[in-house]
Amino acid sequence: MTVDTRVESGTWRVKAGLAQMLKGGVIMDVVTAEQARIAEDAGAVAVMALERVPSDIRAAGGVARMADPTKIMEIIDAVTIPVMAKCRIGHFVEAQVLEALGVDYVDESEVLTPADENNHVNKNDFKVPFVCGCRDLGEALRRIGEGAAMIRTKGEAGTGNIVEAVRHARQVMSEIRRIQGMGEDELMSTARDLKAPYELVKEVHETGKAPVVNFAAGGIATPADAALMMQLGVDGVFVGSGIFKSQNPGLMAQAVVKATTHFRDPQIIADVSRGLGDAMPGLDVKTMPIEEQLSVRGW
Amino acid sequence: MPRVGILAIQGDFLEHRTVLSGMGVDAPEVRLPRQLDDVDGLIIPGGESTTIAQLIDIYGFRPALKDKAAEGMPIWGTCAGMIVLASRLTDHRPEPLGLMDIVVTRNAFGRQVDSFETDVEIAGLAGLPYRAVFIRAPVVEEIGPGVSVLASLADGRPVAVRQGRLLATAFHPELTDDPRVHRLFVDVVEDAAQRSVKVD
Repeated sequence: MTVDTRVESGTWRVKAGLAQMLKGGVIMDVVTAEQARIAEDAGAVAVMALERVPSDIRAAGGVARMADPTKIMEIIDAVTIPVMAKCRIGHFVEAQVLEALGVDYVDESEVLTPADENNHVNKNDFKVPFVCGCRDLGEALRRIGEGAAMIRTKGEAGTGNIVEAVRHARQVMSEIRRIQGMGEDELMSTARDLKAPYELVKEVHETGKAPVVNFAAGGIATPADAALMMQLGVDGVFVGSGIFKSQNPGLMAQAVVKATTHFRDPQIIADVSRGLGDAMPGLDVKTMPIEEQLSVRGW
Repeated sequence: MPRVGILAIQGDFLEHRTVLSGMGVDAPEVRLPRQLDDVDGLIIPGGESTTIAQLIDIYGFRPALKDKAAEGMPIWGTCAGMIVLASRLTDHRPEPLGLMDIVVTRNAFGRQVDSFETDVEIAGLAGLPYRAVFIRAPVVEEIGPGVSVLASLADGRPVAVRQGRLLATAFHPELTDDPRVHRLFVDVVEDAAQRSVKVD
């Protein structure tokens, strides 16, 4: 028998598959090669290459754009774990640049200033996989409809405050349970209400889970925060400012990794939470004016 | 029916469970070394090899896994699992377990945009070629005398190897709907379990 030895790259299976490999892991924001190595040594499954972590983006104000390619390449060369980088919502040329640089995953991120207030990137056009933020299931399914191979909660980045990530994760999970339990005749009106593609709503109904891997992001600052999100049912966590804005980044990074693996074991979470020093300073989201909230960017 | 444990410290362990459950095989998650005593075989899943290797040491799995392999426990590594089972890696990290006499190169095909799927022929599998999914995949560079190659790419590089009761694949059978490689491993575990009963 002759075997067809042609290879196909950029298929849905290899794009969504890389996210499967990241499950149970921690993805850390880094701004230098040295931070990337600290993250890798602590057991991070991937790093997000940035010029500034979200709390500094917040403080700096102005327009936040894709990181300098020099910075991204410096980080790619420093580690062997996958490297992600952010493009602005709707900025498909930044995404093309990131793909050309050899970035392993593109985060179309509300942390940067949106380039298009109406349309997100058509992610089906790319070989590189994308992760996108969401506040509810409808938003998640719209992004998956555009080709996102992984989703994450938006949370409220750069605040060190877990409240929004919890809200978004609970919202997604409860909508999944509701759709799973409904009759098939209710799916079309649900798709209309969620503003989500019908086929994806049907898939959620049949499988009882999100169609792609779902991580938590936005406000995770401690090992207990990471374990909380895991117990709420996400597949893994992004930690942005929480590692390198803490007092002991190396220790904090290791502790968050361990708490994520053993998220159901309070004794281990207690042990790893000892002697970490100060977590990053936190911000109250309630008193934050809407124009300063990053999670309302995108739709 | 044997119990096939899945090392559940990071990666796509749930996908392996789903395939095994579909075959009616009990597949408990192994998160601590002592849980190895409750299983007849072990799968080390896909994931990030540096992370899995570090967590193997942090949670004290290294001596336990070496003991179990020496006692004849069947172990199968997929992708990151293959890297962990190797005797040596061509780059400096991570530190593999050294259970199989193979030298492995990590990320042998480039970055994620170069990840791919293709058909391969696997020795011992009847029927159509196997659709193999390679994600930032490793490749076997050298094999020792006790190792047999079960599948290779068109360019001749081995991507599935077996050494006694140890099996390693550079690709991810857990990401396809084709359970034939899982069946092959479950047969190895069943065979090993029967032999150990006879010895006892």
